[in-house]
Amino acid sequence: MSLMSMTLLAAPAADPTLDDFGHDPIGIVILKSVVIFVVLMLGVLFGVWFERKLISRMQNRYGPNRAGKFGLLQSVADGLKMGLKEDLMPRTVDKVIYFIAPVVLAVPAFLAFSVIPMGPKVNMFGVETPLQLTDLPVAVLLVLAMASIGVYGIVLAGWGSRSPYAMLGGLRASAQVVSYEIAMGLSFVGVFLFAGTLSTSGIVAAQANGGSFALGDVDIPLPSWYMILLIPSFAIYVITMLGETNRVPFDLPEGEGELVGGFQTEYSNSLKFAVIMLAEYVNVFVVSAVSITLFMGGWRAPWPISMWDGANTGYWPLLWFFLKMVLVFSFFIWARASLPRVRYDQLMSLGWKILIPANLAWILLVATMRAMRLDGVNQTVVLILGAVVLAGALAIWLRFDTTLQRRREAKAAQVEAEFEQLQAEPTAGGFPVPPLDLPHYHGVGRKEVPSGTN
Amino acid sequence: MTEAVPSYLSPTGQEIVFLLLGAVAVGAGLLVVTTRQLVHAALWLVVCFGAMAGCYLVLTAEFVAWVQVLIYVGAVVVLLLFGIMLTRAPIGRSADLDSGNKTVAAIVAVATAAVLVTVVIDGFRTAYTPLDPGTGAAKELGSTIFRNWVLPFEALSVLLLAALIGAIVISRTDIRGRN
Repeated sequence: MSLMSMTLLAAPAADPTLDDFGHDPIGIVILKSVVIFVVLMLGVLFGVWFERKLISRMQNRYGPNRAGKFGLLQSVADGLKMGLKEDLMPRTVDKVIYFIAPVVLAVPAFLAFSVIPMGPKVNMFGVETPLQLTDLPVAVLLVLAMASIGVYGIVLAGWGSRSPYAMLGGLRASAQVVSYEIAMGLSFVGVFLFAGTLSTSGIVAAQANGGSFALGDVDIPLPSWYMILLIPSFAIYVITMLGETNRVPFDLPEGEGELVGGFQTEYSNSLKFAVIMLAEYVNVFVVSAVSITLFMGGWRAPWPISMWDGANTGYWPLLWFFLKMVLVFSFFIWARASLPRVRYDQLMSLGWKILIPANLAWILLVATMRAMRLDGVNQTVVLILGAVVLAGALAIWLRFDTTLQRRREAKAAQVEAEFEQLQAEPTAGGFPVPPLDLPHYHGVGRKEVPSGTN
Repeated sequence: MTEAVPSYLSPTGQEIVFLLLGAVAVGAGLLVVTTRQLVHAALWLVVCFGAMAGCYLVLTAEFVAWVQVLIYVGAVVVLLLFGIMLTRAPIGRSADLDSGNKTVAAIVAVATAAVLVTVVIDGFRTAYTPLDPGTGAAKELGSTIFRNWVLPFEALSVLLLAALIGAIVISRTDIRGRN
């Protein structure tokens, strides 16, 4: 029996499906939207506090502890201060774009949260409704699309504020987010293949039961969370979610070491800056929520709690969802406290040369596995095709690798020959002239020996 | 496809939204070529693509709509902006944006539009397809592409691959010609 039908049979009645959406009365829709908005705003306020507090503890200090009990009101105080500051508008900026960039950054971040499932169907003022604003047959694509619109906020903030630092930050951000979005989209493919749907509620429902893998006569039970079942996809997603939200170790667009503040340099500490900050945190919440929905079973209770029958009913799943959010957010902070910022070329080569090819190979493997388990499929044909693809990929890799190796050896030989010539004729500009860099020490005809060639 | 032609009078809400989105797309497209500010032209292109995505949504082609946003808005125009910013990225109006061929280009554009509109109207004048939600989801689209249209799809993939390799070869200086 295939995995899909098993999970469909086993899913309890409270599980929302796509048909349950789009029937809410307008009052419930407005209520849900307002609640999501308010919770996100509060989440940012206390998320900032939590991040500062946690990272302080990791660095053996106290962190904010003056405003309110445990410094809980620190972000409120910061927000008030930002609101009361003078709103500077640099004189030569593109005014419209400078003004709308923070908005473009913030709105898609909030919109992406509309398809995040936070619970099963509940009775809300007499209406049976899922704890999710809406769902689409292609909901995950909506999240990705919103992330890609959010890039405009960064790019426009960088360009519109007419400052070299901001511009460089915007450039870095656009290249980085576009590259990491590809790897991120590819890491979802495994989930789609297993869940058989792109709707977020469907993916959560598909993670309710693990199903089993028939190996001969033995049924091996599979774990239900895709985090374990598709661990390479999950690992790649975790890396790309750090890259996508410009968090440490990939926070180069605002790298304060070299770019002052990156794309937000010209947004002095006013309300516009507060909106940028808000958008960044909401983006972090969005990628965390997506990781929970796609890889960690969504709002479903984790194992020890799921033994209790009532764990996945009523409003309880909101609590599990919140706890998972706190855990993932703490991971972001943990990464920030432990990792140094990578160099830009390292970032790009990680994205393009490791994450994307590894992802593609893993997708091939997952697709082959899925094909093997389809009913009425000739397994020998699938295996032969897989072997052919594998052999072809290896052959291409070998060809490129030998060419590269040959080129490297040729270059080394050339450098070696030059050294020998210089040693034989000191007057040609080599030995024993001290290695000074001014051209009149060497004569015009001297060839530079770049570093890293020998 | 059904043959029952609904009346042109008393348009439905969907039709009105579709028309408005079409107007936005055309207007934004005109602004792309007429604006004097380089970066604003790219941003009007975003509005144009967004309006087209909206049109697809109205026609219940959800998958195509979000892929349009993802690819065209999220990648193609971002790369365009990236290119502009990497080179000059002027703020304010540029004087030298007009091409000398603009009359010819306008004629070609109008002619292309006329041909397309005529063909579409001629071919589908009385053909109305019912807009059932859910028909534009990934599953239906996937099975259509990989059952009925697999050859054009593969041909396009090979074309894109060739373009990709071409771009790599052109941009890399360490790949020498055969001479």
